Amino acid sequence: MKSILALANPANFSRLADRITAPLAFATILTFAYGLYGALVLAPADYQQGETVRIMFIHVPAAWLSLFVYAGMCLSALGTLVFRHPLADVAQKAAAPLGAGFTLVCLITGAFWGRPMWGTYWEWDARLTSVLILFLIYLGIMALWRAMDEPQRAGRAVAILTLVGAVNLPIIKFSVDWWSTLHQPASVFRMGGPTIDKSMLTPLLWMGLAYLLLYLVLLIIRMRAELATRRADRLEILIADRGHV
Amino acid sequence: MSGFFGLLMRDLRLARRGGAGAELGLVFFLILTAITPFAIGADQKLISRLAPAILWLAALLATLLGLDRLLQTDEEEGTLDQMLLSDTPLLALLYAKTLAHWLVTGLPLSLAAPLLGLMLAIEPQAMLPLALSLLIGTPALTAIGLVGASLTVSLKRGGLLLSILILPSAIPTLIFGVAVVKEAAAGHGFITPLLLLCGTSLIALALSPLAASLALKRARM
Repeated sequence: MKSILALANPANFSRLADRITAPLAFATILTFAYGLYGALVLAPADYQQGETVRIMFIHVPAAWLSLFVYAGMCLSALGTLVFRHPLADVAQKAAAPLGAGFTLVCLITGAFWGRPMWGTYWEWDARLTSVLILFLIYLGIMALWRAMDEPQRAGRAVAILTLVGAVNLPIIKFSVDWWSTLHQPASVFRMGGPTIDKSMLTPLLWMGLAYLLLYLVLLIIRMRAELATRRADRLEILIADRGHV
Repeated sequence: MSGFFGLLMRDLRLARRGGAGAELGLVFFLILTAITPFAIGADQKLISRLAPAILWLAALLATLLGLDRLLQTDEEEGTLDQMLLSDTPLLALLYAKTLAHWLVTGLPLSLAAPLLGLMLAIEPQAMLPLALSLLIGTPALTAIGLVGASLTVSLKRGGLLLSILILPSAIPTLIFGVAVVKEAAAGHGFITPLLLLCGTSLIALALSPLAASLALKRARM
């Protein structure tokens, strides 16, 4: 708790970010290299799906991240509304386009995987539709950010919208159990352990870790950019003020 | 309580005198229904099958209409500040606004829906469930819209953004509302989707004004 409070000072945050961005980026590259090697070379082809199963290693971690990022944004929203943490709305703003990106990757790779496996790019299946709605919620959040000039005010409005949109998260997670239409049920995070074989599970988890690291690196970079932009805006106003006097 | 009824009567009076009252929303509902056969073609069977979806979509769009002005006029003329300062809790006032909006949009739509259902060749046994599902579902649509209205209250052109923000939240209501009419039209029991619709409606009515009041208060601090 104490460390989170210390980070409330943007200067402290920037100092920490300076120190960890490069090592974190390096770790991301290494993890991606190992994960991709495992996914594309080491992992066996599926006995039913053949080589197309490798799309899974791109698709599934993106889907995890699309939900993980939104959950993080909900925490940021609470940070904005309840604790008034000054970095919470910065993190929220920085995270939204990243979450939208992961969701889009998930949708597109899903379409490419669905074509050979299900014979269709798109189906109005419960899981697919709810993920599309998640993508639209991300876009709505980004649009609301852009519509308001004042960052603090926009931050509070977006925080409320984020919490309202959170209703969709459990619907996505359990859509495959509630309506069994086309998308397969969960095979990794489920009661009773994963049903996926170890030879595929290991590279999948490595890819998940790589995606997570990539998200963290991009989040930190975007948060620093957002802080710098706000600082530049403040300075500009200050300069304009002084020029006036 | 007087604050609640005062605001309710004021909003109803404004709607009646401003010409943007129940009639216009009804005409919009009617014209949306009237142009769908042009898009689909005069295939009676197909229209009959699509009728629940058409009517529910039309109700959703008709509810969206005017939502962006629901709180904006109050913001511009200062009523919103008075609402925030008032002795009556903001939550109660927001329920009054929700009720007023529903009385001039949702209620007339629900009552007129069976007539339009007749034009769209909906099965006779589905008429009553259609009106019932709209009666239960449209208050939820208004309540969800109120959240969007409170988030975009300070924006000059918030109408389009508002629709994008609230339509995802309106999906559960739409699903169960259409399910009621479809089940009834097929001659099945429709009690399960009806109960689910009641549930989603009650949740929306309980939580949306809360979120809206939070948005309005936080925007001022």
